Amino acid sequence: MKRFTGFSFSRWWSIVIKEFLQLKRDRITFAMIVAIPVLQLVLFGYVINTDPKNMPTAIISNDSSVMTRTIISAMEQSGYFKFVANLPNEEAGKAALSRGKVLFVVNIPTNFTKRVIRGEYPSILVEADATDPTATAMALAAVMQLPSSVVTRDLTGSLAFLAGKSAPFEVRVHRLYNPEAINQYNIVPGLMGVILTMMMVLMTGLAITRERERGTMENLLAMPVRPLEIMTGKIVPYIAIGLIQATIILLVALLLFRLPFFGNILLLYFVVLLFVAANLTVGIMLSSIAGNQLQAMQLTMFYFLPNILISGFMFPFLGMPKWAQYIGSILPLTYFNRLVRGIFLKGSSFSDLWPNIWPMMVFTAIVMTIAVKFYKKTLD
Amino acid sequence: MSDDLAINVINLNKFFGPKHVVKDVSLQVKKGEIYGFLGPNGSGKTTTIRMMCGLLTPDSGSGTCLGYDILKESAEIKRHVGYMTQKFSYWDDLTIRENLDFVARMYSMLGRSQIINETLETLGLSDRANQLTGSLSGGWKQRLALAASMLHKPDLLLLDEPTAGVDPSARRDFWEELHRLAAKGISVLVSTHYMDEAERCHKVAYIAYGKLLAQGAADEVIASQGLSTFILKGTNLSKAMERIESAPGVQQTVLFGTMMHVSGLDKDLLRQSLQAAASEYGLEVEEADTGLEDIFIHLMKQADSN
Repeated sequence: MKRFTGFSFSRWWSIVIKEFLQLKRDRITFAMIVAIPVLQLVLFGYVINTDPKNMPTAIISNDSSVMTRTIISAMEQSGYFKFVANLPNEEAGKAALSRGKVLFVVNIPTNFTKRVIRGEYPSILVEADATDPTATAMALAAVMQLPSSVVTRDLTGSLAFLAGKSAPFEVRVHRLYNPEAINQYNIVPGLMGVILTMMMVLMTGLAITRERERGTMENLLAMPVRPLEIMTGKIVPYIAIGLIQATIILLVALLLFRLPFFGNILLLYFVVLLFVAANLTVGIMLSSIAGNQLQAMQLTMFYFLPNILISGFMFPFLGMPKWAQYIGSILPLTYFNRLVRGIFLKGSSFSDLWPNIWPMMVFTAIVMTIAVKFYKKTLD
Repeated sequence: MSDDLAINVINLNKFFGPKHVVKDVSLQVKKGEIYGFLGPNGSGKTTTIRMMCGLLTPDSGSGTCLGYDILKESAEIKRHVGYMTQKFSYWDDLTIRENLDFVARMYSMLGRSQIINETLETLGLSDRANQLTGSLSGGWKQRLALAASMLHKPDLLLLDEPTAGVDPSARRDFWEELHRLAAKGISVLVSTHYMDEAERCHKVAYIAYGKLLAQGAADEVIASQGLSTFILKGTNLSKAMERIESAPGVQQTVLFGTMMHVSGLDKDLLRQSLQAAASEYGLEVEEADTGLEDIFIHLMKQADSN
């Protein structure tokens, strides 16, 4: 007798077809698929604003003196900067910015102090990751005040002659990735992840509870179908929907918000696919835990809120307290925000993005395992 | 011995919270047998059937379905058993054909479209195949569900009130079909409320309050209770009712318009009492065969008093 074990493509496909047919006949859900992304994007795209602190900053210093130390501590005291790394050169600084390790790189040139004393009026270069312009705007405003505050402290005694004039050095700011500091450049790619999270989790969250409430679960359970077949089969149609929604959002972003797009479109769709899959497994998991559709909706909201608040969508991730960062590091949206902003605004490559890609894959695998474990094979 | 049993379950128990809904139910169904499962609403019929096909895990007890362990091999059981749920459980938002197609794919059946076309033909639903299932009337849904549960040619059918809400002629067709299947060696466990259906089963079992009260061939079940029945006929039946119910030897009365079934365990005492009452009210007394219905009412009353 043939044992009943492996995954059956035929059974899995029957679930896929069934889900597509049911979706096709659910007009309201179908309307939601198009209307929600556009509405949310337009609403939130113009609304959201933020002012974060303690943003990670790297320093490239080729000059160590009382004056440079004063400059650094003045920056730290502004509350906006937190020095987390000493980098050897500019390439390292660029890399750290591009990977999103730091939001600012402060570059103090060689012989800076000497040149100040000689009255040569040197510059300090501050490079900022301006993908999120509101996050960096206040910090950059503060950095502009540096020269005058340093003057009052260090230019005393024999250097007092420099103090009387205008500031002895200048601070130059380079806003990278979003030079005109347009807020939508940050919010709109972020909204792609938020909207996908909500739609994907909600729609699959109802997938199994609906069967249970309509009484069709008993029939499904009486058939020789395996939990993994049901779950992955139910996910497939929503992957297609996720890709459609991502396309709608992409079009609105490019046509309405006129976002620049520096990255690779295929790479974007690849990460969207992974992200959609991650969220769908969350939905399926919630659905197999929840007893009815209402509970599934509540669980969805419970999952959705931290995604908005601590994924780096609302507030810059690196500006959040450590504990919030740890929780945020679990959420796929955290990684997706970085990925999608990176692709849109930084033109990041696959290898730049890989550190943010694999955590989503791990997340998906773990959540799917939990979902299959929780799936009740009986009516008990 | 167990080789010729399609169902063989021993001492099944099931609790829902503190409620003991199935109590030590043991049941044997031979291959090719139509086994009627009777009992009032909420007596544990559905729960018992669900335990047999692996939809519920018994809290204690053991057994096999088609030789597969109901505790460990529910996946195999599901492949070879056709289960028709009490509540219609196919997808209302799929068409009739799509539902059948779904089932056929589920069981990895070959020659799907031909099988489905034949099934639709037999059902008489060919011209409505592309109609949404939700738009079917109750009786049609029932017939569709039955056809769908038999689509994969199961060796054992578990039918949970398959004819509820089905008109008499469709019910007759349905039972003829069941007997045809049984002749081919397919075993059937069917729960029902209809006595005429119970009488068409090879064997019946009666369950009340989760306890199996009697089982066997209909005549065996009737004989086992030692109940005698008389029929009273006349026009004053309703008036005589109260007097007869309290007469010595009378266990139960069932009124059918101009006829009353009166049953009791002590035949002679019952005859005496009824003759007395009959002469008083001008009724005719006739000895009659005890029917299954009389037996089930009797069993139900006994279970009630416990």
